[in-house]
Amino acid sequence: MTSTTEPSQRGGINVARLLMSFGPLMFLAVLIVVFTVLKPSFIDPINLFNILRQISITGLIALGMTFVILTAGIDLSVGSLLAFCGMVAAVVAKGGTANTLSLSTSGTQGYGWFAALLAAIVVGAMAGGVQGFAITRLKVPPFVVTLGGLTVFRGLTLTISNGGPISGFDASMRWFGTGLIGPVPVPAIIFAIAAILCHIVLRYTRYGRAVYAVGGNAEAARLSGLRVDRILISVYVIVGFFAGLAAFVLSARLNSSEAVAGIGYELTVISAVVIGGTSLFGGIGSVGGTVVGAALIGVLQNGLQFNNVSSYTQSIVIGLILILAVAFDRWLKSRVRR
Amino acid sequence: MPAEALEPSQNPALLAVEGVTKHFAGVTALSDVSLEVRPGEILGLLGENGAGKSTLLKILSGVMPPTSGRIVFDGAEFAPHNPQDAKRHGIVTIYQELSLIPTLTVAENIFIGRAPLGPLGLVSWRKMEEDSRAIIARVGLDLDPATPVSALSVAEQQLVEIARALSLKSRLIIMDEPTSALTETEVQKLMSIMDRLRKDGVAIMFVTHRLEEASAICDRMTVLRDGRLAGHLDREGGPIKLPKIIEKMVGRAASELYARPTQRDVAGDVRLSVRGLRTVRDPQAPHAIVLEGVDLDLRAGEILGVAGLVGSGRTELARAIFGADRIAAGTITLDGKPIAPASPADAIALGIGLVPEDRKHQAIFAALGILNNFSIAALGRYSNAAGFMAERREREALASYRKTLSIRMASPEQAIEGLSGGNQQKVILARWLARDPKVLIVDEPTRGVDVGAKAEVHQILVQLAARGIAVMMISSELPEVLAVSDRIVTMRRGRITGEMPGVEATEEKLMELMALDRKQEATQ
Repeated sequence: MTSTTEPSQRGGINVARLLMSFGPLMFLAVLIVVFTVLKPSFIDPINLFNILRQISITGLIALGMTFVILTAGIDLSVGSLLAFCGMVAAVVAKGGTANTLSLSTSGTQGYGWFAALLAAIVVGAMAGGVQGFAITRLKVPPFVVTLGGLTVFRGLTLTISNGGPISGFDASMRWFGTGLIGPVPVPAIIFAIAAILCHIVLRYTRYGRAVYAVGGNAEAARLSGLRVDRILISVYVIVGFFAGLAAFVLSARLNSSEAVAGIGYELTVISAVVIGGTSLFGGIGSVGGTVVGAALIGVLQNGLQFNNVSSYTQSIVIGLILILAVAFDRWLKSRVRR
Repeated sequence: MPAEALEPSQNPALLAVEGVTKHFAGVTALSDVSLEVRPGEILGLLGENGAGKSTLLKILSGVMPPTSGRIVFDGAEFAPHNPQDAKRHGIVTIYQELSLIPTLTVAENIFIGRAPLGPLGLVSWRKMEEDSRAIIARVGLDLDPATPVSALSVAEQQLVEIARALSLKSRLIIMDEPTSALTETEVQKLMSIMDRLRKDGVAIMFVTHRLEEASAICDRMTVLRDGRLAGHLDREGGPIKLPKIIEKMVGRAASELYARPTQRDVAGDVRLSVRGLRTVRDPQAPHAIVLEGVDLDLRAGEILGVAGLVGSGRTELARAIFGADRIAAGTITLDGKPIAPASPADAIALGIGLVPEDRKHQAIFAALGILNNFSIAALGRYSNAAGFMAERREREALASYRKTLSIRMASPEQAIEGLSGGNQQKVILARWLARDPKVLIVDEPTRGVDVGAKAEVHQILVQLAARGIAVMMISSELPEVLAVSDRIVTMRRGRITGEMPGVEATEEKLMELMALDRKQEATQ
């Protein structure tokens, strides 16, 4: 007898539901107020744009990670993949691996920023595709595949760069990292455009519906005629694409591609997505949440720094916030279910 | 345990259920049910789906308390707080879903939580294995206790569970559909073990759908119907005869809940034709039922009822046609053209829909809104060439199904898990209607649906058929099969065992066909 029908729940508005949608946003607002009270210069546009610039790299990857986590997957390889794509972009931009330490851009015969960007995102997307293939066809869990990827891509990066950085790009490429449009940093604009596109894709397209469905119930999705494997592969392609794009922006900003770039980024990225309310079990979450999650981490880091809190302590705070955010989310959900 | 010299019927009852009633949210699942189990006897507990067997089992095993009534076990009032408590008292329930931990060994499973300790307070593996060997020998198992449980067959796992129950000094073992996943020889073996336990003075409550098995082994039977006691049957000299059991289970000529359809004029052409359909054992699911050559025709505009018990292969038939399981041999034709759907997506593209058996795990996206649940199989119809959803059209379509199927919901954004079972099922039906299928297979369409909505779901199926859709309805509830089917086939063990027009069918006839063994078939 499975007919223990729960009392039918009204879809009306209640406090718990509101909190669930806007909880992270309200927390962000509170943080901004607190930091401003502590140090009014926190709210200066210069500092705010600075925060935007800081969060745009991990933010871009977090957009892709949102797709992955919506399907109940995970990608631990993004930090290494970022380094790898950055190195590929550098090699293309510089026309080879020689002259790696020269900051001078004269005498380099590279292929220009567009080729570098293209190389980074194509390599990133392909790397994601390979991992997606291993997950769906070889039936290796995403955690394992991308844990392997984390090591493999770092190794590939060190191999092509011989361990060192490749530095010195031309001005047109550096503009993507350091340029401004009006007062707004270019990376922040790239992040904003990407976020809007991702939001549109997830919210308004057939594909977005399919992503939520696969994450919500893969078996039901299959029995509803969705090509579940293809959708799963596609989300890893997307996160790979964003790792490539982020790599290009980071290299442009630093005027250098470091072999050790992106170490630990996967944790920041996943934290942003999860703090933003996307469920690690799939099917629930949004791009808006991820943007807020990324902003929350950025504001927290910047604000703590502003108040001379050591980076060691920052790690502790961010870790605790992550746990509290999920605990709060769980608690809210248990209230809503009643 | 010493063998009792007394005849079982002379023993005082070990367990007495007295006037037990259970209400759930306004529904009465059990009403004033009484029964007795004595030491050294096997009591059969029988009844159709929804008769209240599971509810009674849950009460006896401590999963939930009765609303009213009394249970006496071994002379004392018995009100277990939880399953562990029930076990401590000596009542062990063995469910269809076995509770062994597959990664642990047989010995570890038997001694879970109470491993024998050596002098240093460490686990004594040797003693554990020696004791395990003796314990499993009691149920006729001869295997290395260090074998991981995952390497055992379902039958062997079941025996390990029984052995564990015995080692816990259990005096009443409740077995819930223990034979549904077993082969014929495994069933025979289980029966002989049950017989041995009975001689040892253990009381067994055997909950089953399989009438001939119950007839073969039970000393007495208690039959439930619609949550009430339909009667007790006693073995008087010989086994209890099937017609007597069926009479008690069915109880009435026709259910008042299900109005029989008048013979509809179904003159449609053959839409779907299945010939010699076979599946192979999937190594991932070694205990699933295998189709052993199924022939079937489904006409446009008819409702074909497929009646069969759990494990008859009815769900496997649906899944094979739908491309969800691999086909080993046989052909499927749709409108005269051979088809070979390799995936549900292929089948859906060809115009086949499936409302699966297990709504929660196979059909609904619990956390998503009703709108998303509704349109998921027809995303192409509600989106433009660029892939953007045409949300207005989508909402209009849902609104129209909401009206025609009378789906009671708050808003299209409401999470589907907040709906009642019946309304969830209507959304799933709407999901397929949105695709205008040629063939719609519905598997247990009213499982977990309350009585009022059941009739509505039946009405919807009849309307779909009237629109020319070929409907195949799989159900283990015979009144339902009788209520809506134009034609009925019965299945057992992966084969079709009979066919008859809906108007000629009765519960008795169907039940005989569903319970029929091929061996018996050959001799009759």
